[in-house]
Amino acid sequence: MSASSIEAPRQKVPKVEAPGPLSDRKPLTKKDLVADHPTWCPGCGDFSVLALYFKLIEKRQLVHERITTVAGIGCSSRFPYFVQGHGAHYIHGRALPFASGISLSRPDLHVFVFGGDGDAFSIGGNHFNHTARKNVKMTYVVMDNWVYGLTKKQTSPTSPLGFKSKTDMWGAVDRPINPMKQAISAGATFVARTTHTNPNHVLQMMEAAMDHDGFGFIECLSECVEFYEGAFDASNPRKGGAFNLVPSDHDVTDEMAAYTLADAGFPGLFGIFRKVNQPTKNANEAKIVAKRRENFTELKDWQILQKNFDALR
Amino acid sequence: MNEVAEAVPTTEGGKKISKLSEAVIRIAGNSQDGIQAIGGFLARLAGRSEQDVMTFMTIPSTISGGPSIFQVRIGSGEVLSSGDEADVLLAFYQHSYENHIASLKPGGIVLFDSDHVDPKPEWEKQYRHVAVPISSLTVEAIGGTARDKGKNIFTLGLVAKTFDLDIPKLTKLITERFHGKDESVLNNALTAFHAGYGYSLGDLLETFQFAESRKRDRSQVVMNGNEALSLGLIAAGVRFGAGYPITPWSDIMEILRRELPKYGGSFIQCEDEIASVSMALGASYAGRVAVTGSSGPGISLKTEAIGWAVMAEIPLIVCDIQRGGPSTGLPTNVEQSDLNIAVFGGHGDSPRVVLAPTDVEDCFYTAIEAVNIARQYNVPVFILSDQAIATRIEAFPEPNLEKLVQDISPNLSQVAEHKPYDLSVADGVTRHVVPGTRIGSGKYPVVTGLEHDEMGHPTGSPKLHVQMVAKRRKKLQTLGARLPVPTVYGTPEGNVLLIGWGSTQGPIREAVDQARARGDSVSSFHIRHINPLPNGLEKIFSGFNHVLVVEMNDEGLYGSGQLANLIRARYCDPKIRSITKTDGLTFKIKEILERAKPFIDSGSSKP
Repeated sequence: MSASSIEAPRQKVPKVEAPGPLSDRKPLTKKDLVADHPTWCPGCGDFSVLALYFKLIEKRQLVHERITTVAGIGCSSRFPYFVQGHGAHYIHGRALPFASGISLSRPDLHVFVFGGDGDAFSIGGNHFNHTARKNVKMTYVVMDNWVYGLTKKQTSPTSPLGFKSKTDMWGAVDRPINPMKQAISAGATFVARTTHTNPNHVLQMMEAAMDHDGFGFIECLSECVEFYEGAFDASNPRKGGAFNLVPSDHDVTDEMAAYTLADAGFPGLFGIFRKVNQPTKNANEAKIVAKRRENFTELKDWQILQKNFDALR
Repeated sequence: MNEVAEAVPTTEGGKKISKLSEAVIRIAGNSQDGIQAIGGFLARLAGRSEQDVMTFMTIPSTISGGPSIFQVRIGSGEVLSSGDEADVLLAFYQHSYENHIASLKPGGIVLFDSDHVDPKPEWEKQYRHVAVPISSLTVEAIGGTARDKGKNIFTLGLVAKTFDLDIPKLTKLITERFHGKDESVLNNALTAFHAGYGYSLGDLLETFQFAESRKRDRSQVVMNGNEALSLGLIAAGVRFGAGYPITPWSDIMEILRRELPKYGGSFIQCEDEIASVSMALGASYAGRVAVTGSSGPGISLKTEAIGWAVMAEIPLIVCDIQRGGPSTGLPTNVEQSDLNIAVFGGHGDSPRVVLAPTDVEDCFYTAIEAVNIARQYNVPVFILSDQAIATRIEAFPEPNLEKLVQDISPNLSQVAEHKPYDLSVADGVTRHVVPGTRIGSGKYPVVTGLEHDEMGHPTGSPKLHVQMVAKRRKKLQTLGARLPVPTVYGTPEGNVLLIGWGSTQGPIREAVDQARARGDSVSSFHIRHINPLPNGLEKIFSGFNHVLVVEMNDEGLYGSGQLANLIRARYCDPKIRSITKTDGLTFKIKEILERAKPFIDSGSSKP
């Protein structure tokens, strides 16, 4: 009865291997990594994040076969088009579960996710909380500009009270989300804050997030020169502001201390607020697999399935 | 009960014995009485005895309790549906008795718990009443505390006695079922079973025996549609899935969560439906066709992401275990009202593949076919199952797993160059090169939901949008041209042609059998490939005066159901009409025949 009418050719292919050095590869340079010219407005903070992503890949000698760049929707989420490498431009707010699917099924790949504040904290707010709680291994950089740029100046979940936008012409009335607090309370295991005007610091944070075994989250202030000019001047010493680092004696494993840092008013502090080692979702699933496979290692897939059918006779 | 024609009632040790070819037993009680277990045991026994079996159940959508039924039809010949009318009703309570007596055939047997049921004199004239104090006898057998658990197994013993069932096989099934639990549980069950079996019905009831069934080449397996679908996905090579709990889809995610790790895979429970489809798409993008699924409102929530899969050309399996809608609707009832959302759901022109399994066995094979289509054409594929097929139990020949089980691990070998959306391919079917693959040219693809050029980079070019829309459409047209034309059940020409899809194949075929036995010219065919439709259906239509599409959904604003609309739109043939219903229950054979009667009666020859 109804045997399958469409048979795809059966192919024997190598199993996915664990990450390791690729000896025959020359390290990538910026030249290898540049793709489309960014569609961002001149002066946009996102340019520096892109430049530092290239720098990260160069410095850490990452290769195309080991990374994927993923984004949702928004100005900053155009990111994958500007990177010469495997990439996916997914739907609005859902980049994190999409990236989780890659991370959990391909231990050989490092997934970098880039997005904006609307993607992360508004339409994708639920996914942010749950990806953090599950501690899925990936690096997530949110370029926070406090405004919806792609749709041309509507209020964002991080817009401060009183911000005048096209949807809050008399000034924003809803209290903004504090991304640091949100991440800490959701259980994120790596939480850092940086700003596009301090490139060295951005790179430092990206490296630390990449090295973290788990969900590495960075809020990077990234000015929208078109719709929210000057938003972050108070954090930029060149504009008379103050770039204050997280105190060197801050204990990154102390959740309440991290929360206290996050409570500082703008411009606040920059650096790693929280970093704890907790089992990743990836490791937890791998453990379940190892346990469940114990009795089946000698069997082919069809023989494992045959056992189910034997029990249903 | 259909008695075997040549068999004459015989007596054995003074007890009358009737030979049967099949019987329909309806068990009515409350959902916590374990009546599904009785039905489950009977179905498994039938499977092991080379008999055909089909079950039907209703469950309340409340958390615990509420009236529930389980109907099992066992036959020595082919069993196509769970049966319109019951031969035997097992009634545990007054409400079970009163609400289900009408499901009995005239002269049928009602076996009731006399501790809870007061029979009505007017019904005693129409049906054979057999009173057994089931509750008190169970207490007597296994003690007071276990009463609620043992009643069902006691009743199973009674049924075993009445139908002269294979006791060693049944006790083995009971032992297997309670394997691993506390020994006292098994002992109580066996005690209750033997008490029921040993209870003397005296002269109240004769013994029935099933006729010898046809010998089969392969041993049979017994399972429900959700199990078959899950195991089919595993056989197809699916090793990753993501979902969110909703009835009646949840079984599948539970099974895959339990089973996939054995194969090195995993199934992830997500925070919501959108995360589920997104996570599955992430895994599919990363190299293996992944599965998500849902029912009712969950499917609505996934539609945006499914549109992305169409646009980005990423394979995906979406299981839709249909239930009554819209909104929360009827969570535990059947309806075939998701055809439109499966075929058309979402904004924009987004062609995708939709398959509908016809029975439990077909759930297994459809899963494999769906995965292979998804891989080959890089499209999302819907598997439109429904609550009825998901929960009913059938026996079918065991598949040849050594031959069927596939390895679909990603191919990561280097390619010289790659265009994910190559327009030079005439049939539109391009390959998905997964992340981790080295590309010699140094030009890497971006998969995207924005309209794009051949490399996946955004474009607003009117020309490219025209070409890319056509590419996505052409893939499905290519598939459509390769699909087999369904075979007609009955004669290939005649008066009335019934068309069905999904779980209604059994009752439709039985309706054809009954009509043809009466001399009426009725045939049918079943559409497994809903979108794209196979080519050449018009040739079949031309052989009939009337084409009636039978489906469990509403006739809509313009008088035709969802598949009927699709076929009418494609063939513009006014003789295509609709037989629909929306009571949340499976089609009865007589319902189909009554609705088709005006057409059967009008014109017995071709115009």
